[in-house]
Amino acid sequence: MPVETRAESTQRTTPRPGRSVAAIGVLLAIVAVLWWSVGFLADPAAFDRVVAGLLRFVGADGSAAAIEQRGLTPVSRKLGSAAVALVVGVGGVWALFVAANRAIDATFGLRTREKIRPWLFVGPGIGLIFLYLLLPMLGTIYRSFTDNDGGFTLSHYQFALTDPSMLLAFRNNVLWLVFGTTGSVLIGVGFAALVDRVKREALAKSFIFLPLSISFVGASVIWRFVYAWQPEGQPQTGLINAIITGFGFEPVPILSLSPLNTFALIVVMIWLQTGFAMVIFSAAIKSVPSEVIEAARLDGAGEFVVFLRIILPMIRGTILTVATAIFIAILKVFDIVWVMGRGGNFDTEVVATRMFKEMFQFQNFGRASALAVLLLLVVIPVMVVNIRNMNRQGVGA
Amino acid sequence: MSVTAPSTVEQSAPTQRGAMRAPRRMAWRSRGADGPNREPGQRSLLVRAVVVVIVVVWSLPTVGLLISSFRPPGAIATSGWWTVFAHPFEITQWTLDNYIAVLGDRGMFDAFVNSVVIAIPATVIPISLAAFAAYAFAWIDFPGRKPLFALVVGLLVVPLQMTLVPLLELYVRWDLTGTYLGTWLAHTGFGLPMAVFLLYNYIADLPKEILESAYVDGASHFAAFTRLVLPLAAPVLAAFAIFQFLWVWNDFLVAFVFLGTSSDVAVLTAQLQQLVGTRGESWHLLTAGAFVSMVVPLVVFLAMQRHFVRGLLTGGVKG
Repeated sequence: MPVETRAESTQRTTPRPGRSVAAIGVLLAIVAVLWWSVGFLADPAAFDRVVAGLLRFVGADGSAAAIEQRGLTPVSRKLGSAAVALVVGVGGVWALFVAANRAIDATFGLRTREKIRPWLFVGPGIGLIFLYLLLPMLGTIYRSFTDNDGGFTLSHYQFALTDPSMLLAFRNNVLWLVFGTTGSVLIGVGFAALVDRVKREALAKSFIFLPLSISFVGASVIWRFVYAWQPEGQPQTGLINAIITGFGFEPVPILSLSPLNTFALIVVMIWLQTGFAMVIFSAAIKSVPSEVIEAARLDGAGEFVVFLRIILPMIRGTILTVATAIFIAILKVFDIVWVMGRGGNFDTEVVATRMFKEMFQFQNFGRASALAVLLLLVVIPVMVVNIRNMNRQGVGA
Repeated sequence: MSVTAPSTVEQSAPTQRGAMRAPRRMAWRSRGADGPNREPGQRSLLVRAVVVVIVVVWSLPTVGLLISSFRPPGAIATSGWWTVFAHPFEITQWTLDNYIAVLGDRGMFDAFVNSVVIAIPATVIPISLAAFAAYAFAWIDFPGRKPLFALVVGLLVVPLQMTLVPLLELYVRWDLTGTYLGTWLAHTGFGLPMAVFLLYNYIADLPKEILESAYVDGASHFAAFTRLVLPLAAPVLAAFAIFQFLWVWNDFLVAFVFLGTSSDVAVLTAQLQQLVGTRGESWHLLTAGAFVSMVVPLVVFLAMQRHFVRGLLTGGVKG
């Protein structure tokens, strides 16, 4: 196929109408098949009918009738429609690109087709970005200033900035940002510096790094178990309370005591994010020229001084990048509070969980939109610094 | 609202950038345990002890989960998971019943299949679209190229939350809630800016001579893209693929909003969250369920740690 594409592009003759019609026909057929398969995937019984039809076609009428009557087993139906969905999802996007490209080649002259082709390349991506980011963003800003009757209002922002429950959410968000970011960065840089000096460095790093692959929901379950609490006198199955009672103290219901519970949730975030910080700091520390370090040592500097005076200043840019990335991740924290704090109960509410509640539970779209805009307003300056930094230093440096 | 990032828009000098990046990557691999930073003696022993302590503290929560998921419900409720170390080889204290229970009655098997069906296309579609777009931004001159690219980079700042309310209304109107297609496209839309940005940085740095000689030989942009650029960009494609896959697999918010929690379509994270809500103290189910949801990311991570790390170092970070 690719060889043909090359040959086509070199031909300077005007395109033949017959080939053009065929190519456009193929493109439309692919669109039609994809359109049909979307409906197909939405109907759980459709897969049964297709299988039964196929069996009839090969002459196995008995099995076909059995499937039509009783349906497939749930497992085979599930796996079968999953396979169809994978083929449609993965194959569809490429089939569309290839077919559209051929239709352009077969239909237009050389000059025109080279003018159209960039739009074939960027069009789908740009279109989705407009549909999923730009337009909804404008819609959210509009809604945040609109009351129930469609008039202009600032009441959503007034609520967001003055209501006591919102102030609590902001306080929690600040705790998250301050302790979560500094915790991840400090432990990350400290561990990166220490692990640089031990054998089996890669292995040690893997252990710290591993939580990065665990979902926030999974991590929430893991840590709910660590924090589990039983009334005094009963055996403690949670690690922390087992240690506390082991020293003779009373067990602490960690997740229902405010503000202790917010700190307990922040620990989960630090546990997840430190690996990310550590990996990047570790690479940065290794790129500090060893001559500089050796020179400092020859001048009599101790290891700690070398770290503080030489290494830290040289990886300052990296620290800024990592801190902003973690800052933004933490700003939008939702899953951990939603799962561990049971939707922000016991005063663990943060802005993102409150926004979600306004949207789904209270159906107050104006308030939810105003909260989202406030998140954006905090993200923008941080992100601008981050992108500038990435551009200046090369990405990720 | 576009935030312009002028220096990426301009064609950067490829050799210079490449040269800046190369040593950093090599540094990651070289200078390991025998590097010049090692110090002998008691200090080193202390350092080693601290490292071991941190590693143990970091691993205990996961180890506890894993061990508990193989213990019978009665044992989990009455004794801590660490008590198994008193007699680890007593076979009767281990069981697979928890896994059988969550995979069957508790719908984790269906959720697992759903997660696969969501995560694979939601990885392939954005990477494909982003690669095409990144190639056009980097190598085809067309009107509006620079402002469009600046817009894409600018939209990196938009938090997901900014889009949820209008998108949900749109989805309800178009009947897209609870569909695979709707969720693939949502993940695609949210992942695209970062994907275009990263792939552009790499594809724009490819050697000019290779592509120009292809054009001289008569290759169309489509042929140059599929036969030259895609293979050359394989490392960055792989790195981004791993990220996007893990991000989608581990995502809860997008799946919860657009796909929902009905057992036909719910993914693992949504199903696990339901389990916490309904059976919050049934630790035998929760631990096994959590591990089922973690096993694919863990395998991907352990198998592709090198790509994963390289992806992180080239900035594959999604907030």
